[in-house]
This record gives sequence, structure tokens and C-alpha cells, in this order.
Amino acid sequence: MRTLLIGTLMHAKHMSRSPFEVSLALVIPVVQATMAVHLFRAGQEPHRLLEAAVGAGLMGVWSSVLFGSGGAIQNQRWQGTLEMIIMAPRRPVTVLLPITAATAITGTYAMLATLLWGRLLYGIPLDLARPYAFLAATLACVAGLGMFGLLLASTFVLLRNANALANPLEYPIWLLSGMLVPISVLPSWTVPIAAVLPTTWGARAVREATVGGPVWPSIGICLAIGTGCLLLGAYCLTSFERRARAAATLALS
Amino acid sequence: MGSEYAIEAEGLRRTYRTRTGWLKPRRSEVEAVRGIDLTVRRGELFGLLGPNGAGKTTTIKMLNTLLIPTAGTARICGFDVVTRTREVRRRIGYVFGGDRGLYDRLSGLDNLRYFAELYGVPPHQQKSAIAELLDLVGLTGREHERVEGYSRGMRQRLHIARGLLHDPDVLFLDEPSIGVDPVAARELRRTVGNLAANGTTVLLTTHYMAEADELCDRIAVIADGRLQALGTPAELRSHADGRRVVEVEAYGVPDSAIAALRGLPGVRETAVEERGTLQLLTVQSDAHLDVQGDVLRELAGVRLGRVASREPTLEDAYVAIVNAA
Repeated sequence: MRTLLIGTLMHAKHMSRSPFEVSLALVIPVVQATMAVHLFRAGQEPHRLLEAAVGAGLMGVWSSVLFGSGGAIQNQRWQGTLEMIIMAPRRPVTVLLPITAATAITGTYAMLATLLWGRLLYGIPLDLARPYAFLAATLACVAGLGMFGLLLASTFVLLRNANALANPLEYPIWLLSGMLVPISVLPSWTVPIAAVLPTTWGARAVREATVGGPVWPSIGICLAIGTGCLLLGAYCLTSFERRARAAATLALS
Repeated sequence: MGSEYAIEAEGLRRTYRTRTGWLKPRRSEVEAVRGIDLTVRRGELFGLLGPNGAGKTTTIKMLNTLLIPTAGTARICGFDVVTRTREVRRRIGYVFGGDRGLYDRLSGLDNLRYFAELYGVPPHQQKSAIAELLDLVGLTGREHERVEGYSRGMRQRLHIARGLLHDPDVLFLDEPSIGVDPVAARELRRTVGNLAANGTTVLLTTHYMAEADELCDRIAVIADGRLQALGTPAELRSHADGRRVVEVEAYGVPDSAIAALRGLPGVRETAVEERGTLQLLTVQSDAHLDVQGDVLRELAGVRLGRVASREPTLEDAYVAIVNAA
């Protein structure tokens, strides 16, 4: 646990000092808050602006986890640190979970910033139905996404260009998880896929805390699926680490 | 302690397979290491020399668990590098040359804290171990600065501190003095020598013959993925026994003149080292023949600097071994 905490702290510290990451973190929430507001105003649903802002914030957290996990592993490869951390006498999950956890934690900034920009630029009132449950739901959502990120990160360890996979995953997961648009308006064949994504339940928990509803079952399901992703990710990492050593993909060349 | 040897390798091979293109993928294979056998005793300082692309780094990466051998076996302190990976990793440190391998936006201290935790240094020992290592590598007082502001020499010293955090039995040093200034390189050699004197087994790769000659108990020369020679520095020097070396500093030597030098009677090896605008020609010949006059005749019309005749060194022996491969 100590290794996980220190690792998460160090990776979060390292990421938060990147001018590129900081610039993105400043700009993207404004864009997302603007997009959400105009989308819902155009849809004649101005009473749901807070819900829209929360959804946009969740999109930011997801983007941070997705690109953060992929980008962080790829950055480690570029920096030459991937080999050094893989060489540690630890289980691969202990070494890599702090990276995805750090991306999820820095991603919570996107949620806060989106809400803040929404308030400052568009006057969206922060009228949360259940503020404490909102905090718990956000934390659960971040934890669930971090664990889901580990599953994705395992492929990033194996494949040198796996960050290319991150791009096509961004929008479908937003949509399928109902972060911005309700799942009920999507085709029925998407329902089973959405049901197994921790992002769906995390987004649902956060929305229920925002507008009112049974938050805790959604939090429980989000964490349960997240734990499943963690276990599967840990298994994949052990297997992929060995395959990466066989295929010589831990280093750039 | 188990095995008598710190490092054992038998028939070690590594092939890289690459694929380019999606629709019509082209596959190619490169045999980087083609069957290496070696043993390194505990506490020995062992050098691995060879030209670029000879297979030195691949060999080290197979021994330190970063690559799985295509064939053959290797053991560190008696533990197999493929099946007992974690036991091997507990006992090894890895330091490589260059700017990479550190978290640039963290301080030197944060880098060491993180790796101390990762490499299993007990929490109550971390502070003292880090302080001792910072002192050893001369970074005390600079540890709170971000690594991105460090010079190359400082980064290299931080690499070494990181490699020693968990007091490894075996230390792999892959060209640690690359890009380091002469004073820092001398300090580095002193540190490495002290480590070996205190019982750490060191496997060192380097391009600097003087470094290998000064430090190593035994040296293996690797070229084309195979061991070409193995012995003490004195034994390796004997590969150039019976030879004499003529060194000529010149400017703008045409390729045709170098080819002509190679064809001179009694000439065994020629090498050209570019040093800015200067070219240092090294011509090895049979000792009983004086080829200096012939060499200067072939270089007629070329602007020359110092010309000297001398006994062969380890570097000359190395050139002879590599060229014979």
C-alpha cells in the first residue's frame, strides 16, 4: 500500500509539472463546459445545465485517464524509465497502478474546473441534490476509472504504438456510458456494452447525486466492475510484461 | 549464497523480429546475440567490449531480465533470469549512460525516494541510504533541484546512486561514462573500483579502452553477436604481440590512400579515428618490418601532423580482435 501511495504521489507530481498537461487542463474544461451548455440550451433543456456540466466534467476525467494512462506509459518508454520501473522486484500491477491512479486523480481537476467554468462563464448554479453523495460518487468514479485505466495500460505496455488505440476509444466510451447523452436514447444493442463499463455506473452515480436518486447501488456496481478490471488488468500486466520482454517492446529500440 | 558465480550464461542467443507494413507485412529477423557463454565470479569486475551493434546491450538486457533470450540460459547468483525473475531483480542494479531513465520534472531526491520504495529498500533505511548515496556521488546539496536542470554528469551520478539504492550483489553498467567529462569519468572509475573492492560484482560495457584496462579483472570482446576473445587485459594485449604501431595525425586523407595503406606489405590492421578536422591513422604491422617510410610515401601530398611509432596497447589488440571477427 505504501508503494502504491508513494508511486501515485510521485507520478501525480511529475504529471502536474508538465506545461503541456497543465495547458490542456486549463483549456479543455472551458471547451467542454461551453459545449455542454450550448448542447442543452439548443435542446430546449436549460434546466438540465448542471447535469450537462457534470457530464462534461466526467468526459474530462475519462479523457485524462484514457490519454493519461496511454500517454504516461508511452512517456515512460520515451524517457527510458519504463524499463527501470519494470525491473523493480515487484508485481507489475504495483508498479503501474500508481500511474493510472495518478492520471485519474489529476483528471478530477477536469470535473472541478468544468463546474467552475460553468458557474463563472454561464452562471450555472452549483445546486447539487446530495453534495456529500456527489463527493463520494466522484471519488468512486475516479477510482473505478483508474482501475479501468490499468486494464488499458496493460496493452500500452505490450504495444509500442498502443496510444493510437486511445483515440478511437474516447468518444464511444463517452457515448456508451451516458456521460452527456442519456443511454436511453442509444440503440438497444449498446445496452449490454454500457452495462459492463465502470464508466457507465460511475457517471450514473454522479448524475444521481447531482439531480437526486439512489446513488449508492451505482457506486457499488462501479467499484465492483472496477475491481474486476483491476484483477483482469493485473493478470494481463503479468502476462503482457513477459510478452513485452520477449518481443523487446519495453524500450523504444 | 548458492552459486559460486554471480553471472552465468550458456548458449545465450537473441533474435529480434520486426514487421513493417499492414497490408503486405514484411518480416525481418536480426540475430543480435549468437550464442554467448560466460561466467563472472562473485566480486569480479568484468568488462564487455565491442563496437556499436555488437550485442553488448542486448546481452546485458538478457542478463538483467529486460529481455527474454531466444535460446540458451542465464543465471544471476544461481537464479534463472527467465523463471526466477523477481529473485534476480532483487539482486541486481542497472545503470546506463546518457540523459534518459530519470523523471526530469522531479527532484533528484524524489527520484531516489521513489526508486528506493520500488526496489524494496526498507522504509526505515531509505533516508540514510539516500543520504549516503548522494554523498557518494557528490550530489549532496543539489538533491532538491529538478533533474531537468542537472548537467549530464550529474544525471549520470544520479543514475549510479539509483542503481545502488538496494545494495545490489551484481551491478550492470552499460556505458556509464558516455558523455561525461574527464574529471567526472575519473571519479566514476574510482567509485566503480571501490564497489568491486567491497564485493559487488560489476559487469561493465564501455568504449573507452583505458577505462576497461584500468578497472577490469577480465574482459570479453564481443563482435557480431559472438564472444571473440576473453581474458585479463594483459592476455588480451597479447593478441597484438609481434606487432608494431605507426600513428599518423593527418588532415583530409582520401579513401584511396587508406585503401593503399591496407595493401602495404606487412600491414595487419588500419584504423581511422576522426577527431574534428584531424584524422588519426593507426597502422599495425609485423614488428620485424618498419613500414613507417612506406606509410608516409602513400600519404604524400596529404597535410600531416605528428608521426609516431609505438608498442601496441589494449586498444590495438581490441582493433585486431574486432577486425578478425
